[in-house]
Amino acid sequence: MVANLLKLRLLVLKNFLLRSTWQLVAVIFGAFYGLSALFGASFGLVALSGAPVEIARTVVVLAGSALVLGWLVVPLLFTGIEQTLDPARLVTFPIPLNTLLIGLALSGLVGVPGFVTMFGAMATAGTWWQHPLIAVLAAVCGALAATTCIVGSRAVTTLSSTIASGRRFREAAGVLLMVPLVLLGPIIISISSGLRTATDALPSLANSLAWTPLGALWAVPSDVAVGQWGVAALHLLIGIATLALLVLIWRRTLALALITPAHTVSRSRGRGKLGFLALFPATPAGAVAARSLTYWTRDPRYARQLIAVPLIPALMFFYSRNGMLEVLALVGPLVALILSLAIFSDLSYEGTAFATQISSGIRGRDDRLGRAAALASFGLPIVILFSVGSVWISGLWSALPGLLGVSIGVFLTGLGVSSVSSALVVIPVPAPGDNPFKAAPGAGFTAALTTFATWGALGVLALPEIILAAVGASTGVALLGWIGLVVGLGLGSLFLVVGIRVGGARLDRAAPELLERLARQR
Amino acid sequence: MTRWAVLGISALNDTDRCLTALSGRVAHVSATDNQPEAETGALDQLARVALSIRGLYKRFGDKNAVDNLSLDVPSGSFYGLVGPNGAGKTTTLSMATGLLRPDAGTITVHGVDVWRNLTQAKRLVGVLADGARLFDRLTGEQLVTYSGLLSGMERTTVAERVDDLLRLLDLQGAGGTLVVDYSAGMTKKIALACALVHAPRILVLDEPFESVDPVSAANIRDILQGYVSSGGTVIVSSHAMDLVQRMCDHVAVISAGRVLAAGTIDEVRGGSTLEDRFVELVGGRHHAEGPEWLRIS
Repeated sequence: MVANLLKLRLLVLKNFLLRSTWQLVAVIFGAFYGLSALFGASFGLVALSGAPVEIARTVVVLAGSALVLGWLVVPLLFTGIEQTLDPARLVTFPIPLNTLLIGLALSGLVGVPGFVTMFGAMATAGTWWQHPLIAVLAAVCGALAATTCIVGSRAVTTLSSTIASGRRFREAAGVLLMVPLVLLGPIIISISSGLRTATDALPSLANSLAWTPLGALWAVPSDVAVGQWGVAALHLLIGIATLALLVLIWRRTLALALITPAHTVSRSRGRGKLGFLALFPATPAGAVAARSLTYWTRDPRYARQLIAVPLIPALMFFYSRNGMLEVLALVGPLVALILSLAIFSDLSYEGTAFATQISSGIRGRDDRLGRAAALASFGLPIVILFSVGSVWISGLWSALPGLLGVSIGVFLTGLGVSSVSSALVVIPVPAPGDNPFKAAPGAGFTAALTTFATWGALGVLALPEIILAAVGASTGVALLGWIGLVVGLGLGSLFLVVGIRVGGARLDRAAPELLERLARQR
Repeated sequence: MTRWAVLGISALNDTDRCLTALSGRVAHVSATDNQPEAETGALDQLARVALSIRGLYKRFGDKNAVDNLSLDVPSGSFYGLVGPNGAGKTTTLSMATGLLRPDAGTITVHGVDVWRNLTQAKRLVGVLADGARLFDRLTGEQLVTYSGLLSGMERTTVAERVDDLLRLLDLQGAGGTLVVDYSAGMTKKIALACALVHAPRILVLDEPFESVDPVSAANIRDILQGYVSSGGTVIVSSHAMDLVQRMCDHVAVISAGRVLAAGTIDEVRGGSTLEDRFVELVGGRHHAEGPEWLRIS
């Protein structure tokens, strides 16, 4: 039965990859990346054998703890680690709970992250190749720790899905989890800058982590190497107890999940409330804009794209505290860049719902215009606000006209560029109602490729106002900044109009083909 | 019929639009042929056919989903499209409504070539697609309003029709609920409202009665019947044979992308029931008792 579950997992993976060449390419790249990480880690671990035990211990315990922590936290952010053996789909089969448990745990190994973790953890044996006994112990502890990672992530996934089986909760949880993610950047910066000054504290940090469930197993080999057998036994005990506890939690929640199917609670929102549909003009383009804006507020997959917007000022503010006030000027243009490109996955999010729109016979130009208007209705104020805000903090008021020219120019040009690119490319995205952080296999690569192409085009098109603003700021000639503002507004509007026309014409021509690709993605 | 009249969507009132659509063709006919009889003959021919499909092909990979299919749907008919799973019904209907590009063949809707004149053809057709997602983060009311506005209608007209449609389809109570929280049957009904809101001359419904409760199904049937008797044309695809036999006046049996039989219900069934005739045409019926191990007692 366990073998059958594993076979099912591989079969699903194989069939999925065969459906689309790009997804296959993307997964091959992912595997290549994972394997090179594995080789790098292995070489590093072997190289540690030449270093003092103290250093080897610090490195292995810290890295290992981070790995375990990652496996526990990441499933909360990205539910997409491996969903093919979703317990909900296996619920109708008479599979004993323990068999299901083993099958699911093993299937976690089949996949790039599981594979790399298991073999990377066992490669800690490489550090002790001069002492065969310790090496064997390290391999065993590594395997146990890797199992802890996989079982732990399963337990967390099942636990969270049991608590959050309703759609609304699932979506809300996804958005709520953005908050720590937004703060992650500054936290990492402050921690790493703290670390740079306090490298001496690292061994003691490793020593205290060794007494926690995160680092216990990783510390066992080095305990033995320095002859502290009693401490080693205690650490091993902590590690095994952690694993046992996680298995127990997972088993209980899985048993619960199997008899608690997903359910939805519906909430009515009073008749006669047309929302944005009543606010926008009653034209096809207005309807698209209103619908689009409703989705920006109601579908967390859209909101997810906006995480970076508060993140950028936070990061820039952090850097600027080191006396580099100039970097603050990047806030406006960067926010404009991120925001304006946010509609390039619009069609992919809609999927086959786009068919309703096609069958109404709407002109492609109206569709493009509506989407751009929806984004601009909140994007443009944000861009202007952030640009002015950054100047307010830095006090470099003379640079404001040029900066506004760049920000607005980039924003409008970006809207034009993504109006074209989103009519050309369909990228794999999580389905409506899924966790917004779930990654469709192959999404990363295709999305990255499209994003880079779009950024490249945008960079070239926005070059005039960027050059004007940069020269104006460095030479101190205020007139150049004002010219930059005019050029940015003019060129940006021009590219927006051209983008909407070209993208619209492309939609008019190839909407059925686009729909076919959207339908295949499901 | 009376319920339909309330809606103010009488297809008969649309003769003007029909003539405008035809005028191009008429001019062409009179230019090449001066005999008045031939002219009226051609006009009659065009007016009587709501949907005309000629030599339609569509290939997916190495499978011919639609294989030289030709079909005429008379204007004002209630046309059933039946066929086994994978026969090409949905593919054909998608191509007829401008959602999927055919590999070859022509499709005309009331004389308008669908793939030459997409926008104009789409205005004549209302579509309920099977298995396509809806914009389900809108409330039912918002979704139907959205469909109406997309077709370029006035806000006040849209509001009136949305009210009428929600009442007709027993969805008044659910107008303010997000469509994602609807049951399967309610979702079908709201999709039907979206297809109806712009008062199309042809309704193309793919599996409209799937998972709809019997009462709602009867109500929907009344609405469709009223629409047909006021001059509209309905094309439904369905697996439910007795439903098609009772509800439709014409039927086409499709299998492996071809039309096996087409005509009025009586012509096609020829004395037996539609279901028996269907099984006879399509084949593949087994008379077996099932495997040994499945006989429980």
